[in-house]
Amino acid sequence: MTEERLIISRKTTNKFFLMIAIGVVLLIAGIIIAAMSSGGHHAEGHGEAAAAGHEAAHWSKRLYMNLWLNNVYFTGIALVGVFFVAVQYVAYAGWSVLIKRIPEAMGYYLPIGGAVMLITFLLGGHDIFHWTHDYLYNQFLEDGVTPNPQYDPIIAGKAPYLNFWFFLIRMIAYFVLWILFFNWLRRNSISEDLHGGTDYYHKSIRISAMFLVVFGVTSSTSAWDWVLSIDTHWFSTMFGWYVFASWWVSGLSVITLAVIVLKQNGYLKLVNANHLHDLGKFVFAFSIFWTYIWFSQFMLIWYANIPEESLYFIERLGGNGGHFKWIFFTNLLINFAFPFLVLMTRDAKRQMIMLKIVTIAILIGHWLDFYLMMMPGTMRTDAGIGFIEIGTTLIFLGVYLITFTKGLTKASLVPVNHPFVEESVHHHV
Amino acid sequence: MTKKFVLGIYDDEDVLLQAIENVRAAGTNIYEVFSPYPIHGIDDVLGIKRSRLPIVAFFCGLFGTSFALWMQIWMLGFDWPMIIGGKPHIALPAFIPVTFELTVLCAAFGMVITFFIVTKLKPSFKVNVFDKRSTDDKFVMAIEVKEGVTNMPALNDLLRSNGAIEVNEKEVIK
Repeated sequence: MTEERLIISRKTTNKFFLMIAIGVVLLIAGIIIAAMSSGGHHAEGHGEAAAAGHEAAHWSKRLYMNLWLNNVYFTGIALVGVFFVAVQYVAYAGWSVLIKRIPEAMGYYLPIGGAVMLITFLLGGHDIFHWTHDYLYNQFLEDGVTPNPQYDPIIAGKAPYLNFWFFLIRMIAYFVLWILFFNWLRRNSISEDLHGGTDYYHKSIRISAMFLVVFGVTSSTSAWDWVLSIDTHWFSTMFGWYVFASWWVSGLSVITLAVIVLKQNGYLKLVNANHLHDLGKFVFAFSIFWTYIWFSQFMLIWYANIPEESLYFIERLGGNGGHFKWIFFTNLLINFAFPFLVLMTRDAKRQMIMLKIVTIAILIGHWLDFYLMMMPGTMRTDAGIGFIEIGTTLIFLGVYLITFTKGLTKASLVPVNHPFVEESVHHHV
Repeated sequence: MTKKFVLGIYDDEDVLLQAIENVRAAGTNIYEVFSPYPIHGIDDVLGIKRSRLPIVAFFCGLFGTSFALWMQIWMLGFDWPMIIGGKPHIALPAFIPVTFELTVLCAAFGMVITFFIVTKLKPSFKVNVFDKRSTDDKFVMAIEVKEGVTNMPALNDLLRSNGAIEVNEKEVIK
């Protein structure tokens, strides 16, 4: 087995920097447009919102929401990379060995994700999370007798979990744990390349098993913290799974897309249609899995029709002036119907062009999915998809690609001393 | 009516795969290969076309979907309209679980039934075991003998030169 080193040319890196630069320009243009057009528009008509404790949407709020949206999305994808590797180890999988360096390198975004998440929360926490406002928790005004009209017993009841410090500690704990396990797995994997033997493999299985336990808990709690708590009054027991499903299928799409792009540029010579077939099956299956979770959440709420539950879907369908209706249906079409019908045949899963189209569609689709989870509860009818959204996404994409490709260059693309590498080369579906 | 077969017996999977390729390359038609277990890649070397069963599955599934939707819409919307939980008569989200289940059921049963019909698999089905050792530790390659066409000594040589440990002849009642 020979090593295969990825070389990222200056030109490619410059393209990524150009992507970031275009993103910054679009973002600034978007902010200027938003700052000029707001003011008069928001002064009237928002008395009701202000009474409920909402501030009129300002460009900075939109910026924070976009930072939060993209960072949750890309952090999830990075985390899924580590999760994928861990699952493969614990399952004693042989087929995925040739492509395992790709999900492995995805985790390099995690430290940046953690930093951006922390800064965004500290600066824009009040804009993103309604529950961060102190006045919601005081039953009485300062004199101790007059009832506080802004007191919110439901949110106050969630205070033991949803409070600033505990939230912050949890956020830091997630990232510390994830980065720790990512580094641990990665270090073992690289040492294996240098020294060989099966010790690293067995150790990796134990690390992976521990990580899966951590991931099982943190993937759900982080989804509650970062996404579910935006709609503070609402709750759904499916939500942890829902966010996980969205992250997981996006992560699988990134892995598949990266494998194809590398292969088309002359790398990963040993990867063939059989590996793509399995990746395609993963993307196909988990598109359906996401839909299953989506529907399980939707149907029970729709059927029971309890006001405090159905509010979530009302905001996304007829509510907010039908502002989010098109995204609601696009979400289902692009994330379920399209991959389901296109990837159904065996041939489609073995063709690079089909997989490329579907994975790109899924990545856009699940960005929209996260948009739909976060925007209605915060931006309401002020939400839009314009320069700010596209600009921020381009910046994140550029940064993600730089860390990801840099991570890929740090080790051989073929894990030369992995005990199952031979099995992976001869993988046959 | 009886048919005559030449049986090449092999005791190694890799030798067998190579032999199949060489025998086919020499222009000989292989009637069937018997193996104690499924061999990876044997379909390709035998030139067996991919099964069309998935197409059957798709259309059976499609039938299941349409049947389920039609059934529920007709029953609850037209034949015996009822208000359940304050929902409209034709409440699509409530129909999805049944639609899903019937799609899976029809696709699965359709596939199994089609498989039985195509392979003529039924309780009275008799299996011609050409050589009992193919259920234990040997691989058997069966080649049909056409009277006056097949050159027996040449075929014998071809099989042996490609690693057959034995070459037998057998008549089978068809």
